[in-house]
Amino acid sequence: MMSRREGSPFAGLSTIALKEAADHMNSIRIHLVMVLVLLTAIGSVYAAIGQIKATIGEDQFLFLRLFTTAQQPLPSFVFFLGFLIPLVAIALGFDAINGEYNRRTLSRILSQPIYRDALLTGKFLGGLLVIAICLLALWLLVTGLGMLLLGLPPSGEEIARGLAFLFASFVYAGVWLAVAMAFSTIVKSPATSALCALTAWLLFTVFWPMLAPLIAGAVAPIDPLDPMTAVHQIDIQQAIARISPNTLYGEATLALLNPATRSLGLLFTDQLSGALMGAPLPFSLSVALIWPQLAGMIAALLVLFTIAYVSFQRQEIRA
Amino acid sequence: MSPVIEARGLVKRYGRFPAVDGIDLTVEKGEVFGLLGPNGSGKTTTILLLLGLTEPTAGSIRVLGLDPLRQPLTVKRQVGYLPDQIGFYDHLTAWENLAYTSRLAGLISKEADTRIIDALARVRLADVTHRHVATFSHGMRQRLGLAEVLVKQAKIAILDEPTSGLDPQSTQELLELIRELAAEGVTFVLSSHQLAMMQTICGRVALFRKGRIGLIGRVEDLTANVLGGSHMVEVEAERADLPKVLAGAPHISGLAPLGTGRWRIDADADVRADIARRIVDAGGALHSMTIRQATLDEVYVRFFEGDNHDVAA
Repeated sequence: MMSRREGSPFAGLSTIALKEAADHMNSIRIHLVMVLVLLTAIGSVYAAIGQIKATIGEDQFLFLRLFTTAQQPLPSFVFFLGFLIPLVAIALGFDAINGEYNRRTLSRILSQPIYRDALLTGKFLGGLLVIAICLLALWLLVTGLGMLLLGLPPSGEEIARGLAFLFASFVYAGVWLAVAMAFSTIVKSPATSALCALTAWLLFTVFWPMLAPLIAGAVAPIDPLDPMTAVHQIDIQQAIARISPNTLYGEATLALLNPATRSLGLLFTDQLSGALMGAPLPFSLSVALIWPQLAGMIAALLVLFTIAYVSFQRQEIRA
Repeated sequence: MSPVIEARGLVKRYGRFPAVDGIDLTVEKGEVFGLLGPNGSGKTTTILLLLGLTEPTAGSIRVLGLDPLRQPLTVKRQVGYLPDQIGFYDHLTAWENLAYTSRLAGLISKEADTRIIDALARVRLADVTHRHVATFSHGMRQRLGLAEVLVKQAKIAILDEPTSGLDPQSTQELLELIRELAAEGVTFVLSSHQLAMMQTICGRVALFRKGRIGLIGRVEDLTANVLGGSHMVEVEAERADLPKVLAGAPHISGLAPLGTGRWRIDADADVRADIARRIVDAGGALHSMTIRQATLDEVYVRFFEGDNHDVAA
């Protein structure tokens, strides 16, 4: 039945988003995850500062090294973020909708003069708001720590690259929030949806990098007599690896925080002729380099949110 | 009197299973209307249809003259709903829960504040206003749900199983509140499987069975029409053939044997003295006689007696 709905689908949106954000900020679950993130962040940055001080050189982008330098046994701050951001996002979203079913609050909320759209979108925006606040706080903390311990302020370009990195992290977190919320609409039990989301997280952060070469090897075997088949296989392997948002995020942060990065794929020596090895790219070119990665993550976010949206709209209210 | 709820030929199927199978319903302004029937007979689905929370497979609905599917926001602004097994956000206080829904309803905060204070006082939760709902008993939650309807100043209040799981005292309190509000002109639609309790409060009722309304009307009319009377007398007597003895007796509209020497007599007045006299006069021995007023439970059982009872409650 075709029918035009009166009124705005966004009625109540900000109310829901702010309430969700406030709930998250007060929940023990988020406190725990944030403490974990904070501790690892401080630990890795502190270790990085020690490393930077020890090997201090003529680096133009000393501040960006804060994020990328790893000192055994601690991995770098960026690696930690790539690993932990999904966890934060999943913690924020895994029981968004099925939790309302279980608390039996859904029908009561939906009997208020709002559309279902507002509930789902509001919850998503509330989660994003919390993520944005946390990431910004984390970035400021790391930058402040760097200024205190290194004793020098970041340059304009370092701030610009830092903010772009922040944005990429935000989009990456949005993808995982959308994953968690999609599971929360499709799966009825919050415990199961949390497990589903964590499985996806493990698959993409841990197993995908191992699976990609295997699949590529099976799809495009190398012919020892034809060197182009090797190139072909690497191309395929990279394409498969890039299905994982983790890969996309890793490539984006690499290009943003390491200005010397010129390409994220294979380069032939003739393509490098005339290039100054190790010379940094300007900020705008680094952004151009990661544009596909960023667009891919935003697209994944939209697709996943649409899945959650459609499944929620089709659901019956009575549990 | 004008109808505030009108449903015509309402059908809702889940897959091939018809949860609601052709319902016609009219509720007048200021009425307390009961949707009664066993669990799974289509009451909750009917309520969700009235609220526009689920789409009918066929049929039309008008609530306050509006289509709940096309103008859901206007309808929901004026209709309060207390769901079956109501839930609140446990980590918020009673006040915060009501403030949240009142913001969703678009109330500006000053107006909402006074309404919330009034509503909580009305349902006698004023002293726990700032306590977390997690500590609330089932009865308190139910009252908090009613407070939400009050805050909304709804013209129609739809309560799904409002008394289920409540202790007798809480039930009476809740019913008393409903009576008060109804006297102020709020239209109530109540659903329940506790038929006998509902007959004390509902003006008119609809008896549901397998997604259809079997009977609809005023409680007194239903008991009179279906049971043939408003009084039921159970008689235990020996050496008396009651159908013969009672032939021609006034006020008696029905007689049914319950076992050897036991009968049930329907009457529209208290006819015990007359029955006793006739049995004794006929030389019978009267062992016992009990009378009670007919309840909706009996109406329900009697009306659907002919149906098979595979899904009866």
